[in-house]
Amino acid sequence: MWYNNRHKKSRHRGRRGGGIIKKLPDRKGYFGSYGGRFVPETLMPALMELEEAFLRSKKDREFQKELNYLQKTYIGRPTPLYFAKRFTEHLGGAKVYLKREDLAHTGAHKINNALAQALLAKKMGKKRVIAETGAGQHGVATATGAALVGLECEIYMGTEDMQRQALNVFRMRLLGAKVTEVPVGSKTLKDAINEALRDWTTNVHTTHYVLGTVFGPHPFPVMVRDFQSIMGKETRKQILDVEGRLPDYLVACVGGGSNAIGLFYEFLNEDIKMVGVEAGGRGIETGEHAARFAGGSIGVFQGCKTYLLQDEDGNVLGTHSVSAGLDYAAIGPEHPYLKDKGRIHYTYATDDEALSAFELLSNTEGIIPALESAHALAEVVKLAPKLSQEKIIIVNLSGRGDKDVQHVARIKGIEL
Amino acid sequence: MTSGIERTFRKLKKENRKAFIPYIMAGDPFLERTRDIVLMFEECGADIVELGVPFTDPIADGPTIQRASERALKAGVTLKKVIAFVKELRRSTQIPIVLMTYYNPVFKYGEENFIKDAKDAGVDGVIVPDLPLDEGEYFIKQSRKADLSTIFLLAPTSTGDRIKKVVKASKGFIYYVTITGVTGAALLLDSSTETLLSEIRKYTDKPIAVGFGVSTPEEASAVAKVSDGVIVGSAIVRRFHESPDELRNYLISLREAINGLV
Repeated sequence: MWYNNRHKKSRHRGRRGGGIIKKLPDRKGYFGSYGGRFVPETLMPALMELEEAFLRSKKDREFQKELNYLQKTYIGRPTPLYFAKRFTEHLGGAKVYLKREDLAHTGAHKINNALAQALLAKKMGKKRVIAETGAGQHGVATATGAALVGLECEIYMGTEDMQRQALNVFRMRLLGAKVTEVPVGSKTLKDAINEALRDWTTNVHTTHYVLGTVFGPHPFPVMVRDFQSIMGKETRKQILDVEGRLPDYLVACVGGGSNAIGLFYEFLNEDIKMVGVEAGGRGIETGEHAARFAGGSIGVFQGCKTYLLQDEDGNVLGTHSVSAGLDYAAIGPEHPYLKDKGRIHYTYATDDEALSAFELLSNTEGIIPALESAHALAEVVKLAPKLSQEKIIIVNLSGRGDKDVQHVARIKGIEL
Repeated sequence: MTSGIERTFRKLKKENRKAFIPYIMAGDPFLERTRDIVLMFEECGADIVELGVPFTDPIADGPTIQRASERALKAGVTLKKVIAFVKELRRSTQIPIVLMTYYNPVFKYGEENFIKDAKDAGVDGVIVPDLPLDEGEYFIKQSRKADLSTIFLLAPTSTGDRIKKVVKASKGFIYYVTITGVTGAALLLDSSTETLLSEIRKYTDKPIAVGFGVSTPEEASAVAKVSDGVIVGSAIVRRFHESPDELRNYLISLREAINGLV
């Protein structure tokens, strides 16, 4: 009897968008058995302070008003939901809509989170923000947020990523940020996060760490999800406006997983299939990839318990992806929870598949996608032709590809 | 049960002396060399040895220990090998040994297996810098059962509530980090350090050892005056790597400074 009652309650909540699966994390920051707070003691008070400030900000009308205002007038929200007609016709199956986060200010969804955290940092009385960046999009977004609200800003970036994304390095510097090279370890995103954590430990009194994805110690995964879930909320309204119904599929790429969670979260209790696409790199069998579910196991890394690419001794493995933003050994802790629940299906796209989707969208729609988003598109290329023309797929076009043009030219052996 | 670490501190207290706790990264650049260093530590008057376990992503460590970690990983050193190394080392020395390892290697090893194997090998205590006590309930409980000391960190950011919990979870000694920062940063010893140490003492009479940033004999002497023990890590690792011939004299100078002879 009690079970039935609970069941009813959860269904009822589901319609309103707050069912069992959506109530997490728990007080300790866990999504089922994933998440938590694994950091040096020095940072524990800072995480508690941040959690309090975040919870306060949710009820703070003035804060919400300012954030809403900037989302509209500065970021340019809502971003359009665009029916990709020629791309759809080319694939010859389901209708494909693009959530155009590439049109958000600074060219990716990262600004949704970075701007909100910069406002929060200001509210907390911090003078300085720091961030890690892989593709450079989160670094650019944080530098932008810092410039907007008037905070000092330092961005950590791996040497290899700085070479791959030279344009974004210059953009960050133009925005007044200090970009610090991280030449240790694998010289990519994970090492940039290590360095940002060390900086935060050192300067915790004055500095807020703007973590760029739904990863790290609690409250980052829930806070970043909260700031990114505006994408899903807008999408619901937009698709109902044009189609009068919800979509059949949602597809997004998954590095840390913020663009995926940001789109999916709103719809978790709806009857919609969701696909997260990881970086298959040169193929799972080569070991040169960043597909945590296909090749990883449970571990504790950079603040949380989650799926991780590691060796049998618990050391973290190097990763490879053509896209710097997906080139990361771990995944946000809510993702393995949703995978275990069978709620999200995870797959991967290889470098080659992503590159070919990158060109296909450019050719058919006049939209150059970020290489990260091209992984989601690569999955759509496989999925759409198998579905009837009545079906609807929405894919998160999480960023624009201008930053990748040089890199793609290099891969194709073209000198610019 | 009284652990080797506790016995050491008790003895030192009776003699009105402070503990000297040097650190070395196991397997930098290979394990046979670490054996010589541990024995040298003992000859130079160390009371407890802190043995680092290499990890790919040491977030609590500064550049010196990061590089040592990279060298040890290159030599193929793993948590498993470090435990076997301690077992071997026990034929030559009974000095209390504390492992400093990040949590993921322990998690992957299996907490229970790790605790059992480490204890069997002769490890006396463990420091896991990225395992705060809130996440370590099971680990603490199992370690207590096995009589393996769990040493937790306190920092200048720690306030009453955290201090209370950390001192309760700590066994052997409490590791006070003098600075907000990573290992090997510049030491900052001012009146606030003493204030915080006496704040901690309100909650416990367990020994407090101080580390992160202690580099010169002068600093070691200053730290010894306000604490129960001095931990020196990065400065030893750097000297060992850059001018190994000077290591012995340097260790002796630290020992004398801690004894109040400087």
